[in-house]
Amino acid sequence: MARSDVQLMLDVKSGDDSSFELLLRKYRMPVVNFLYRMVRDAGAAEDLAQEVFLRVYRARGQYVPTAKFTTWMFRIATNLALNALRDGRHRHMEISIDQSAGGYSGDGETEQPAMEIADRQPTIEVDLIQRDRADLIRRAVESLPEKQRAAVLLHKYQEMDYDQIARVLGCSESALKSLLFRAYEALRVQLAPLVQAAQVQSQSGRAVKMRSSI
Amino acid sequence: MNCGHIGKKLVAYLDGNLNIAERRQMEAHLAVCTACRERAAEFRSVWDVLDELPALEPSIAFDNRVRERVRQEPVRTGFWGWIVPSPRMAFAVTALLIASIWLSSFQPGRLAVTHPPVGPSVQSTEAEFGMIKDLPVLEDYDVVTSFDALSELPAQQTSQPQPSNQM
Repeated sequence: MARSDVQLMLDVKSGDDSSFELLLRKYRMPVVNFLYRMVRDAGAAEDLAQEVFLRVYRARGQYVPTAKFTTWMFRIATNLALNALRDGRHRHMEISIDQSAGGYSGDGETEQPAMEIADRQPTIEVDLIQRDRADLIRRAVESLPEKQRAAVLLHKYQEMDYDQIARVLGCSESALKSLLFRAYEALRVQLAPLVQAAQVQSQSGRAVKMRSSI
Repeated sequence: MNCGHIGKKLVAYLDGNLNIAERRQMEAHLAVCTACRERAAEFRSVWDVLDELPALEPSIAFDNRVRERVRQEPVRTGFWGWIVPSPRMAFAVTALLIASIWLSSFQPGRLAVTHPPVGPSVQSTEAEFGMIKDLPVLEDYDVVTSFDALSELPAQQTSQPQPSNQM
């Protein structure tokens, strides 16, 4: 039977470093991606993610499972990201973001040289459309104010419940509801071309909830 | 019903995070408000569209660096192990110890002042002696004794009365 995150952390506390390795493997992707979407720079995101895991490890001696492990870990990550953004150390020009986004697409694809476009026209067209869509979504998320962005990232990609997100952000649940509403409202406006197209495709009128798990 | 007020609960409604009363209120509103129904549908679409945001695959260097930094962390063993990761605390405790030892060295003197002295005459004489001994003017004692003007003093005046006394 798989051990829970809390149990893994308690095992780390009692000196079992292999449990920390399991936590690292499980959360490396979510933490790096959360930070990447917060600070908008892949290199900076990895640096901050290292710091998150190191702080988790350093705090093992004082770890008390009063909340979910992910709440605690993402609180560390959020604080680091907000501090980094405030310090302005990880602000980079748009061009560097574009370069890093290409290099970290996650699907193994890299930027196609311009000369190959003529040979692979249909594939590249589809690819460009997909890339344009992804770029539009990325810019829409990045344009959200920092706290709204963190709320959406934890809500959408970590699928945390409201209590958890409120603890991570250090706000009340009612403040969080308002924060999420403002964030999704801004995204709805910015992503209008994609949203309307999606609605035309699925005119079934089902009362679908945002989260399938709820 | 006011769309602006109830609209703010729309995301929570779509997440299933409203209580029964709020949910019924929302459903009643959605049944009559086309704008909010459309907005709810668009929120669902935004949720789906966000799935297209590409994810990063952390580099191998990232994993290795985390492992390396964890390996470099000091191992906490024994009672004094807590000092290793907390040099500030260790410094504070050491400073406190030194300060308390230094202060305790003044305790006997302080007691002598505050408590009534056992032998008042002896102690006050000693105190006066100490004070006089440290007076800066006495540092120049040699200068005063070898002062030329003193040699001009009539030494006979002081010696003269002695014979008279003997008489």
